Amino acid sequence: MSAPFRLAQGGRIDRARPLGFTFDGKSYSGFAGDTLASALLSHGVHLTGRSFKYHRPRGILSAGADEPNALVGVGRDQTRYTPNLRAPQVELYDGLVAESQNRWPSLSFDIGAVNDLFGRFLPAGFYYKTFMWPRKAWDHVYEPKIRAMAGLGRAPTAADADRYTQRYAHCDVLVVGAGPAGLAAALAASAGGASVMLCDDQAEFGGSLLSETTATIDGKPAAQWIADTVATLRGRANVMLLGRTQAFGYYPHNSIGLVERLTDHLATPHPDMPRERLWTLRAREVVICAGALERPMVFPENDRPGIMLAGAARTYANRYGVKAGSRAVLFTAQDEGYRAALDLARAGVHVAAIADLRPNPDGELPAAARAAGLNIMAGTTVTGTRGRLRVSGATLGRLGLDGQVGQSQTIACDLLLMSGGMTPSVHLFSQSKGKLRFDETIKAYVPGQSAERERSAGACRGIFGLAAAIEDGFARGEEVAQAVGRAGGAVTRVAVTTLAAAPGVHLGAAPHDRDAATVKAFVDYQNDVTAKDLALATREGFRSIEHIKRYTTTGMATDQGKMSNMNALGIVADALRRDIPEIGLTTFRPPYTPVTFGAFAGTSRGQLFDPVRQTAIHGWAADHGAAFEDVGLWKRAHYFPQGGEDMHAAVARECKAVRAAVGIFDASTLGKIEIVGPDAAEFMNRMYTNAWTKLESGRCRYGVMLREDGFVMDDGVVGRMAHDRFHVTTTTGGAPRVLAHMEDYLQTEWPDLDVWLTSTTEQWAVIAVQGPNARKVLEPLVEDIDISAAAMPHMSVRQGRICGVPTRLFRVSFTGELGFEVNVPADYGRAVWEAIYQAGLAHGITPYGTETMHVLRAEKGYIIVGQETDGTAVPDDVGLGWAVGKAKKDFVGKRSLARAEFSKPDRKQMVGLRTRDPHDVLEEGAQIVANPNQPVPMTVLGQVTSSYFSAVLDHSIAIAMVRGGRARIGETLYVPMPDRVIAVTVVDPVFFDREGVRLDA
Amino acid sequence: MLLIPCPHCGERPEIEFRYGGEAHVARPADPSALDDEAWAAYLYLRNNPKGLHAERWRHIHGCGRYFNVLRDTVSDKITATYKAGEPRPDLPATEAAE
Amino acid sequence: MQRFSGLDLFLRALGRHQTWKPQWREPEPKAAYDAVIVGGGGHGLGAAYYLAKEFGLRNIAVLEKGWIGGGNTGRNTTIIRSNYLFDESAALYDHAVKLWEGLSQELNYNVMFSQRGVLMLAHNIHDIQSFKRHVHANRVNGVDNEWLTPEQVKEFCPALNVGPNMRYPILGGALQRRGGTARHDAVAWGYARAADALGVDIIQNCEVTAINRDAQGRVSGVETTRGPIRTTKVGVSAAGHTSVLMQMAGLRMPLESYPLQALVSEPVKPAFNCVVMSNTIHAYISQSDKGEMVIGAGTDAYTSYSQRGALHIATHTLDAICELVPMFRRLRMLRKWGGIVDVTPDRSPILAKLPVPGLYVNCGWGTGGFKATPGAGHLLAWTMAKDEPHPINAPFTLERFRDGRLIDEAAAAAVAH
Repeated sequence: MSAPFRLAQGGRIDRARPLGFTFDGKSYSGFAGDTLASALLSHGVHLTGRSFKYHRPRGILSAGADEPNALVGVGRDQTRYTPNLRAPQVELYDGLVAESQNRWPSLSFDIGAVNDLFGRFLPAGFYYKTFMWPRKAWDHVYEPKIRAMAGLGRAPTAADADRYTQRYAHCDVLVVGAGPAGLAAALAASAGGASVMLCDDQAEFGGSLLSETTATIDGKPAAQWIADTVATLRGRANVMLLGRTQAFGYYPHNSIGLVERLTDHLATPHPDMPRERLWTLRAREVVICAGALERPMVFPENDRPGIMLAGAARTYANRYGVKAGSRAVLFTAQDEGYRAALDLARAGVHVAAIADLRPNPDGELPAAARAAGLNIMAGTTVTGTRGRLRVSGATLGRLGLDGQVGQSQTIACDLLLMSGGMTPSVHLFSQSKGKLRFDETIKAYVPGQSAERERSAGACRGIFGLAAAIEDGFARGEEVAQAVGRAGGAVTRVAVTTLAAAPGVHLGAAPHDRDAATVKAFVDYQNDVTAKDLALATREGFRSIEHIKRYTTTGMATDQGKMSNMNALGIVADALRRDIPEIGLTTFRPPYTPVTFGAFAGTSRGQLFDPVRQTAIHGWAADHGAAFEDVGLWKRAHYFPQGGEDMHAAVARECKAVRAAVGIFDASTLGKIEIVGPDAAEFMNRMYTNAWTKLESGRCRYGVMLREDGFVMDDGVVGRMAHDRFHVTTTTGGAPRVLAHMEDYLQTEWPDLDVWLTSTTEQWAVIAVQGPNARKVLEPLVEDIDISAAAMPHMSVRQGRICGVPTRLFRVSFTGELGFEVNVPADYGRAVWEAIYQAGLAHGITPYGTETMHVLRAEKGYIIVGQETDGTAVPDDVGLGWAVGKAKKDFVGKRSLARAEFSKPDRKQMVGLRTRDPHDVLEEGAQIVANPNQPVPMTVLGQVTSSYFSAVLDHSIAIAMVRGGRARIGETLYVPMPDRVIAVTVVDPVFFDREGVRLDA
Repeated sequence: MLLIPCPHCGERPEIEFRYGGEAHVARPADPSALDDEAWAAYLYLRNNPKGLHAERWRHIHGCGRYFNVLRDTVSDKITATYKAGEPRPDLPATEAAE
Repeated sequence: MQRFSGLDLFLRALGRHQTWKPQWREPEPKAAYDAVIVGGGGHGLGAAYYLAKEFGLRNIAVLEKGWIGGGNTGRNTTIIRSNYLFDESAALYDHAVKLWEGLSQELNYNVMFSQRGVLMLAHNIHDIQSFKRHVHANRVNGVDNEWLTPEQVKEFCPALNVGPNMRYPILGGALQRRGGTARHDAVAWGYARAADALGVDIIQNCEVTAINRDAQGRVSGVETTRGPIRTTKVGVSAAGHTSVLMQMAGLRMPLESYPLQALVSEPVKPAFNCVVMSNTIHAYISQSDKGEMVIGAGTDAYTSYSQRGALHIATHTLDAICELVPMFRRLRMLRKWGGIVDVTPDRSPILAKLPVPGLYVNCGWGTGGFKATPGAGHLLAWTMAKDEPHPINAPFTLERFRDGRLIDEAAAAAVAH
């Protein structure tokens, strides 16, 4: 298909590489080097989108990141579909599939455009004033309708097939932006060997120079200077060039977020390539060379397709070899607009008129335009436009001395160019918390006081003009080289020839003779915010620009105000008759341009979302069909189903086996801390509620740890291995917290204590062997330890060997049975486990998981921290008053326990519950009341914390926290459920072997 | 991400550290001598200043040591770091006022 | 007050919108007021409204150092729910939800309270136990909250990934159907407009620099950047800046101020129909009326007043979102910002009269302040007007820390074993 608006020659496109693509199902052609926007324009296609609120037809307005209108969805299928991409930023590849958005049934005929007709009833903030009656209608009628109308593109409906990656990096100097200032800064910064990274969001380096066809630098055409400079930089080993890379966020201490696009421009990317790479960069110095953005003019009907920024049209002509139209009118308030008019005229576009808002345009550029015979109408404004899907004419009105519009005429055109002035891109500077300053001479905000080690160069700090920008880049580059101690001497300066442009000083709406209360002069194109909306907001009492932004939504579109903010400020300042700095400025927030969620997520997905911790015995459990549960990062064997058992059947079998014979359980996930040193016992005394001084070597004690506020934090069995050495165990989830807690006190409160703490959780595999046959199983395997009842009583620990491997053998029990916990170096864990298992088969050994462990301990009334306690329980609440060393002068949490609140009789206390029907298993978390017939909200006495069916006892058991519970033993209370009330009897929480004889077997 | 100069290891990125709250909140030598009000003040009351803040960090993925940092809570600028147990440095007023 | 309605809008449209009046006045501060609220967020403006409406105090002012609603009111993810565990918290937040339910009509301002349902996801057995306890506790407290199986989760929120291919698969969820979202700015503006109509002076760009006390220690007024103001009642409702203000009255508070980040995607057509929260993998998400995915998580790690947050925190929020909804992986972050939240040791607010006579505080809402806006405003008004707390906020004293009567929702929910 021929492209009638493609120039015969010129541009940076590769005419030898034609590409095909579709837009809304229609096939088009373009060339390598094109963007979707330039390729569409080459076919005369301007209409590419619909606006957010009024669904007005919209065309391509810009040639970059500030594009508010030409938003498209790109992707052949849903797994690679991306909505809301800006057509000027979409690099063309062969086979690209794009579609327009926010229209139905089609882009050229959109039912939603009816909103435009009723626009007068939909002023700024209309939704705050209506849709309130009847009350329920908001949820069911208005809101769904508003939602359906709102939104732009559609989210993909399938999971993303692409991958993303991330990198951290350091450099001496980061240069953001590879336009004239950025290239110069990078040259100068890297001359003395400093490590320099230069990033630019475009595919090619050069920035505004890529659209430059007439200027010369260092005696050569701009394109040649770019090529030579990039080649020089590429040749320096200390320079890294990052194309297609947007610096999107400036974080504290010179930390910069960059995102690099790796495959979106490729027709058939290698399947192993990630789509994007997120860089977190730390730079000693940053030079921001972000350039400036052209402002549109605000005038009635300034939004028709074919109305475009002048600089964008120049870019399409010079860089892409595309005429954006055949017959153009330029509406400008600054010299810079003339540059576009001149280049377009040179490219064969008929420039019908130049309407210049200024009475006496007299710079080099207007003079050149005059010399070229262009029709300059000074002191002229545009008061309206014609056309529906494409602009067809502009009405130009001559401004009188009084500023009133006098005589007007309509000029036919298919292209209307706007050039309102230049806005420095201060986004990154502002994100760095630098203070902005309003420069009255150029009517723009520019960087003021810095907060970080950064500086700006070129147009982004209001230094306009090619020669000045390049010089500024050199100078700032030299400064940072010096600052990082790698000065390379003065860089040889270059001569620049170009026509100079005086900066524009116009902000806000252009004058017109239409009814200001009804015409639509757009400020924020995408969100359909007009000058009259801003005026309305000020009329309604909104004064701060932040309020006006939020009330009208100006600056909140996907360009985040790049196109609209300064004009909005100008209009509001006019309306309020205040100076611009008095109005305030909305905060620049990251990211500079939108960044893909997936790039932030990186490789953190699926099973890689978090690390998986597995014990040494995990593989055995998996081989034996264990079902696993997640506990923190750990995978723990939950139960070992056999022959199609469900969890309840498996757990019943496992429980009975432990009580009747012997079970084997992987307790390796328990936290373990080795506490060593002359002051180890004193440290333990201070950290735990219990007394430790008198604990003999070789004996164990159940320890309770409190937070300083008195609440139970953790528990575990502690073995004293030697006078100066304790082997501490913690809960599985609590291990890091407990160690940090101990280190905190040791390092900052008691640095005088001579104690060392070492986490040994990963060093020991722990195999619990529990049940009446436990000793029989272990006896033949244990060397040099006498594990007889007499030699090794309950709560003792011995060191020796098992299966030839060194062990710390604990005689402890969390089941109420005779039990041992075999600690061996983790590398031997599985081998020892298998040996014990083999030896145990003759004694009926049964592997069991965490669920059985929970049931067995509940039968014994042992608490689990985090299940019976919830961060609001003190030791006495859960029956651990006995573990608190009353005689100790101090320990962490002791003073808090002395508060009156903690000895009140009506505190929630741990009790057992029995149901009338032994097969009724209460639901954990169910609430307990005295009177089930009371009205809601009920007075609640407590809640069920643990509840199981005990196969051993053949009835259900439950543990509960109940107000004044210990005094209620024997009482009947009630558990109200949605469908019924369950009566329960309060009982002692120890259901099995209350005397504990089995422990001492 | 902050760049935190650990007094034992040098400058490291924030993700190597864990924040430890306000510094110089010393545990009373004899907690039992305090009334509830004074004890609660130790447990819970914090300066929470808008400006220079003496705070504890732990180089958890490094040397493991607690140390103190003077940081401006508005600008996040770190003006000093020092070892646990050392007194808060006296900064010139101009710097503190920043 | 000019009443807003569809008809009014229509008529004014015919009049080309020239007749709209300011939604609130821009008064100069008077020399004295019967009561002063410090902090022009939703909570403070709400307190002023209820003081004027229910308690007849009309000679009052709201002092705001910047622009009203510019603090956490305008920086949050707008989630509203009341399915808290403890009786005290459930009563507090449900008081707010009940006020939310009629707020648009009460204020004649559409705050767009959308009861789309708040779904909290369970990813492990501990979560299930914890959420079921919430469901049971809420039921006997008269607060709606129901347990959903993974299949019911998928049915209620089809965009979620409930498959086993997640590191922490979704094992169910607790759903509060009355929960939802509202339009945050509108809440501040609605209260401001309604309070202004009752005579309340809303004074912006007015920073309090001192709280004055008389010889007896009673509050006697405030110094501001716009001059001194005499008053005998000062209600401080300043979120992250509470500590700074209380220092002026000589009080140290059990508060720390942390950055809380939030972000939105570019707008898309409706693709997410409710609010989803996951405490275990740290993220929450809803879709605004405008079409943006509104996303947040927990606070940043260190105290700060910088109103920005660290990149790596947001990164972890988004990896969680991408796990929950893999088809949002290609959506793009449009805007990210930070608020300053004041956090108490038990993560519950302080809404009380203080030891300094005439001084009242509403603070410590942490990450949960927006949902409480009407309730907090109403209860602060009650407490200031009657010089004693309403039964609902009576437990939320400053003294509870001294006495150990904490209301520790976080500890109740988050201890893993």
